[in-house]
Amino acid sequence: MNIHEYQAKEILSSYSIPVPRGRVALTSDQVERAAKEMGGRCVIKAQIYAGGRGKAGGVKLVHHPEQAQDYGKELFGKRLVTPQTGPEGLKVRRILVEEAVEIAREFYLSITLDRATSRYCLIASAEGGVDIEEVAQKSPEKIHVLTIDPYTGLRPYQARRIALALGLTGSLCEDCVELMLNLYKVVLDKDCSLVEINPLVVTRAGWLMAMDAKINFDDNAIFRHREYPDMMDYSQLDTLEINAGKYDLSYIKLSGNVGCMVNGAGLAMATLDVLKEYGGEPANFLDVGGGATREKVAEAFKIILEDGDVKGVFVNIFGGIMRCDVIAQGIIEAASEVHCTLPIVVRMDGSKVQEGKQLLVDSGLNVQTADSLGEGAERIVQMLG
Amino acid sequence: MSILINRDSKIVVQGITGRSGLFHTQQCRDYGSKIVAGVTPGKGGIHIEGIPVFNTVEEAVRYTGANVSMIFVPPPGAADAILEAADAGIDLAVCITEGIPVRDMVPVKRVIQQTRTRLVGPNCPGVITPGECKVGIMPGYIHKPGKIGVVSRSGTLTYEAVKQITEAGLGQSTCVGIGGDPIIGMQFIDVLRLFNEDPETEAVFMIGEIGGSAEEDAAEWIRENMKKPVAAFIAGVTAPPGKRMGHAGAIITGGKGKAEDKIRTLGECGVVVAPSPTKMGAAMLEALGKK
Repeated sequence: MNIHEYQAKEILSSYSIPVPRGRVALTSDQVERAAKEMGGRCVIKAQIYAGGRGKAGGVKLVHHPEQAQDYGKELFGKRLVTPQTGPEGLKVRRILVEEAVEIAREFYLSITLDRATSRYCLIASAEGGVDIEEVAQKSPEKIHVLTIDPYTGLRPYQARRIALALGLTGSLCEDCVELMLNLYKVVLDKDCSLVEINPLVVTRAGWLMAMDAKINFDDNAIFRHREYPDMMDYSQLDTLEINAGKYDLSYIKLSGNVGCMVNGAGLAMATLDVLKEYGGEPANFLDVGGGATREKVAEAFKIILEDGDVKGVFVNIFGGIMRCDVIAQGIIEAASEVHCTLPIVVRMDGSKVQEGKQLLVDSGLNVQTADSLGEGAERIVQMLG
Repeated sequence: MSILINRDSKIVVQGITGRSGLFHTQQCRDYGSKIVAGVTPGKGGIHIEGIPVFNTVEEAVRYTGANVSMIFVPPPGAADAILEAADAGIDLAVCITEGIPVRDMVPVKRVIQQTRTRLVGPNCPGVITPGECKVGIMPGYIHKPGKIGVVSRSGTLTYEAVKQITEAGLGQSTCVGIGGDPIIGMQFIDVLRLFNEDPETEAVFMIGEIGGSAEEDAAEWIRENMKKPVAAFIAGVTAPPGKRMGHAGAIITGGKGKAEDKIRTLGECGVVVAPSPTKMGAAMLEALGKK
């Protein structure tokens, strides 16, 4: 789960990690007022669920409140397209107005899960403010990685070694040690899959400060953080993806016209792959869960059909223990309810598969059945001509 | 012969009184698995479906000699359930539970590495030795006893693969679903090593997906150590970067975890990679030189 930069900074700040003075604005008038409060010269930052905003025109240094207001007007409602958003971009609805800070040095600092060791690792570099992936590729020696043992946690001496490697000395080095220890606390307390400060800076006045911040929460941990759903900015998400989330379905909008409903993430990915192989373009990824139920199948079907791009539907359910006649019933109910006339191809496997197929054939829907994955993909592509 | 489980495995079900716990307990027992005990804290002393329920795994092991645990405990208590199984000296813990937070799994993995207990999962379909024992949620009827070892990060895609392998006239020695989470117990390599040493396993089919580098690591290991033919399929060739495809672990980030890189590496290490999910059975035959 994503949150905005300003929310991430609020969390860091509550763990004694210094961030620039700032205000969140929802209108261009608020941007102006906030700019006045900062003394005129300030930084305007569009809040969207994606990085790469700077190059896309989402971050700007302004010199007086009127300029801030004009820029706010320009940004609000605009769709920012960055390398991380996809071609349609993300709409700006919130703007962070921050004091302008004189920067002496920039660093990169993050903590994330290292899958290879199954532990959290701290990553730091003296090359801050840039794309860390690029640094990692071009000059890996400039990246310092520390794997954290969950038994001991992050220890001050380990953090100190990193701070020294970044070239920090004296009390600034000790400040950085404390900052890193606090950052690890954030990861644990808030169940973060990523906390990233890029850049972490030393100001001209000699203070450490998180100039930008990114936090991702572990979706699996939302059950113990009641506040997380309220922190979500639903305007940053696809409406269909939000609906799917309500029914615990995993849905991702794609650019094609064949709606796909599959049980299980791996099989769903494989289904998209095979559809493309036969010349079809999937409209979505949708996993109804390994043990698909009638209710979930019905809801999933409705979500797929709400997407105006969908011209046909490919259902691939390897029921296994689930009965195919029950799944078929769910499909028929949902399709009838929304008066679906689009071509549907259903490939089912599992118990009572013949009964399931018969139900579909007798349903009066524009539906064909298939016996295998390849046959199903071929058929839906044919039906769409 | 088989790996991990066989007809002598004695199974305790943690979370047996929950809806899916009970349902799958019955399914496994119908398949022939020896379910000797259940564990649900606070319900010790009762019998459910004729199976004695205990408050702790330690008690279940002491009274029944259980050596395999199947875990259905919901996410908030699942990490604790795995640790409890390990503490009770269980040989194999199979955790079916989906949705365990990473923060809970980091210390669990750390502990498991230092015990004799093997962990399969979490978020996995389980383990089956066809015709002998099923510890998990997979449909038993698609499997056939035989000599192909199957190891997979996926659930239903594994069923698809097994079905194709069975239709190709081949049976399976044991099928292991290692799970789709970022932190899991046994990795591809751990399972491959067991298959390599199992005299009854003649060849292996491996099913991977986008995200992480477990498939690449397995490929290197296969090149160095594997004495038996291996075929594979990698799901997600067409997956867009930055989008999490269902599994918490299935995401391409920062150019890492792409299907094409995994496929290339596996191919370079002598693995026959199925070009399409419709050709998994065919790839297995090709690896065996029967095509």
